[in-house]
Amino acid sequence: MNKGKQVRFMQGNEAVVEAGITAGVRFFAGYPITPASEIAELMSIRMPQVGGTYVQMEDELASMAAVIGASMGSVKAMTATSGPGFSLMQENLGYASMVEIPCVIVNVMRVGPASGMPTHPSQGDVMQSRWGTHGDHPVVVLSPSNVKEAFDLTIEAVNISEMVRVPVVLLSDAIVGHIRERVELPDPASVKLIERKRTSLPPSEYKPFAAGDDCAPEFADRGNGYRYHMCSNVHNEWGFPADSGHEIADRLMRRLHKKIEVFQDRVTYYKTFEVEDAEYMVVAYGCVARSAKDAVKALRSEGIKAGLLQLQTIWPFPAGIVRKFCAGAKKIIVPEMNMGQLINEVRLASGRDAAGVNRADGIAVSPKQIIEKVKAVK
Amino acid sequence: MATVRDYLRPGMLPHIWCPGCGDGTVVGALIRAIDKLKIDRDLVTVITGIGCSSRVNNIMDFNSFQTTHGRAVGFATGFKIARPEMKVIVVAGDGDGAGIGGNHLIHAARRNIDIKVILINNQIFGMTGGQFSPLTPYGAIASTAQYENVEYPFDVCKLMEAAGATYVARGTVYHLSLTEKLIARALEHKGFSYVEVITQCPTGYGKRNKMVDPYQLLMWQKEHAVPVEQAAKLSTKEMKDKFVIGEILVRHDRMEFVEANEQLKEKARRWLKGGGGK
Repeated sequence: MNKGKQVRFMQGNEAVVEAGITAGVRFFAGYPITPASEIAELMSIRMPQVGGTYVQMEDELASMAAVIGASMGSVKAMTATSGPGFSLMQENLGYASMVEIPCVIVNVMRVGPASGMPTHPSQGDVMQSRWGTHGDHPVVVLSPSNVKEAFDLTIEAVNISEMVRVPVVLLSDAIVGHIRERVELPDPASVKLIERKRTSLPPSEYKPFAAGDDCAPEFADRGNGYRYHMCSNVHNEWGFPADSGHEIADRLMRRLHKKIEVFQDRVTYYKTFEVEDAEYMVVAYGCVARSAKDAVKALRSEGIKAGLLQLQTIWPFPAGIVRKFCAGAKKIIVPEMNMGQLINEVRLASGRDAAGVNRADGIAVSPKQIIEKVKAVK
Repeated sequence: MATVRDYLRPGMLPHIWCPGCGDGTVVGALIRAIDKLKIDRDLVTVITGIGCSSRVNNIMDFNSFQTTHGRAVGFATGFKIARPEMKVIVVAGDGDGAGIGGNHLIHAARRNIDIKVILINNQIFGMTGGQFSPLTPYGAIASTAQYENVEYPFDVCKLMEAAGATYVARGTVYHLSLTEKLIARALEHKGFSYVEVITQCPTGYGKRNKMVDPYQLLMWQKEHAVPVEQAAKLSTKEMKDKFVIGEILVRHDRMEFVEANEQLKEKARRWLKGGGGK
């Protein structure tokens, strides 16, 4: 199976599963939740077929714990959930950041807060994906707008998590997760895969949290003499708690943040459409980028110079890219399926005001709404 | 035969436990059990959560990691599946393992995954300053039960038995040679193994309950423990305020989870070859 290129008609959630497998994921732990359940269901079928394991854990806390445990055991691992489950994963997501364990968390967003509208889409977890866990911590969050992007960005999520040694969140939503589209899947043999760097040092010289210029420590597979400790307290380079060491804490925190800066260019993905002479720049991400593209097409047909900057990486926020593409625009428009979350980052990055198109009622932002907003601010 | 000291990380000593604490005694028992069974120390992983108990793996020179409060069993589940050749040992306290982590404990028992849970039961939250735990005796005093504790503790061994664990045992720090034997038996057993070790916390528990000297707490263990063979002959009334020690349950009628998963993989591959249910 999966020999050569394939054309498939598949769901976004299904694309996440196939991409995870292509990227080398061999462990999935999860707990059912709408609209992410298809990922667990398909993983339960596909994982054993490829020699991996699906475990249905008792809750999301355990799912996230098991994913990290498997990754500590050198197996690429992921989980999938939606808003309420994502909240429950936050403590261990922080653990993965602090202990620098690669893993991927897919959040197929639905309307919140609380149980919200379980079967309807939203983009309400943009800030939760950035600041959901406690403390200062770096994150990488990717956001697909269609099935093909769900596939490609899942592979990137796995690769980035391995390369940077950081948990990566794929922020999908009920539209991208449930829509079915025609996709061309690449030959798995042609997909570039990244593995975490393994140490070449002998066990006696290995320090699990010593990092070179790229700030990402080298990993040692446990066994064969590599017998080491990891803990999520502020820790020294040997992995032992240094909870009273302010200097160690400072160094660790700065390295964790710098690590993301070092890799920022390599984790930043975006797409542009009609941006060269755009006077009205629409900045969108996720499912809303689809409506935004239609809106730009319609506006162009009326002679209004609109353009689209689609952010596929939303954290670390690609401020430089936003600044660059928004510099020449007369007005900036940020449509979102929330009451206004990423718009503030766009304002900050561009140094300008931006107009929002917002709805949080479980109904997609339509091209019409975006067109009307552009005309209103014109 | 190696000594306990040979298995310790010299740079991590002295440990952080209070004088009179039983946690170090449990570390000694665990190390002696591993040494006696001649288990390759590279193939031992000790996983802990948060609390005094979590510091056992700082000092023992095995593969080790400390996780979040109550979640060690969840981490251990993923780790065991990724590295089935490892002996995966979870050491938890009563607050960590039976309180916040209680849900994971019962589900890991139900799955019968081959991880070894050693629950150090000092009947109190030690590290946070002596608040009552789900295993604090009824009527005891704690920093959050200054009048008295009006919650009943539960019997985690019975809970494990009901949840599907295939090895359940209880020892105490006082009955140390028994405890060491029980840990060794658990390490040899294939399947989810639970060993509870009743221990003493003079700082968090003893000082508020008129047992300020660790000796008194050890005597309490001696006086309240009833060997499992003897307990079978005693009435409920006679067993009041007593607890059972020894090998409580050993069963071999449930398949271990990682092994069951390997069989599942074979089934899935056959299904794939034959075109499955298409």
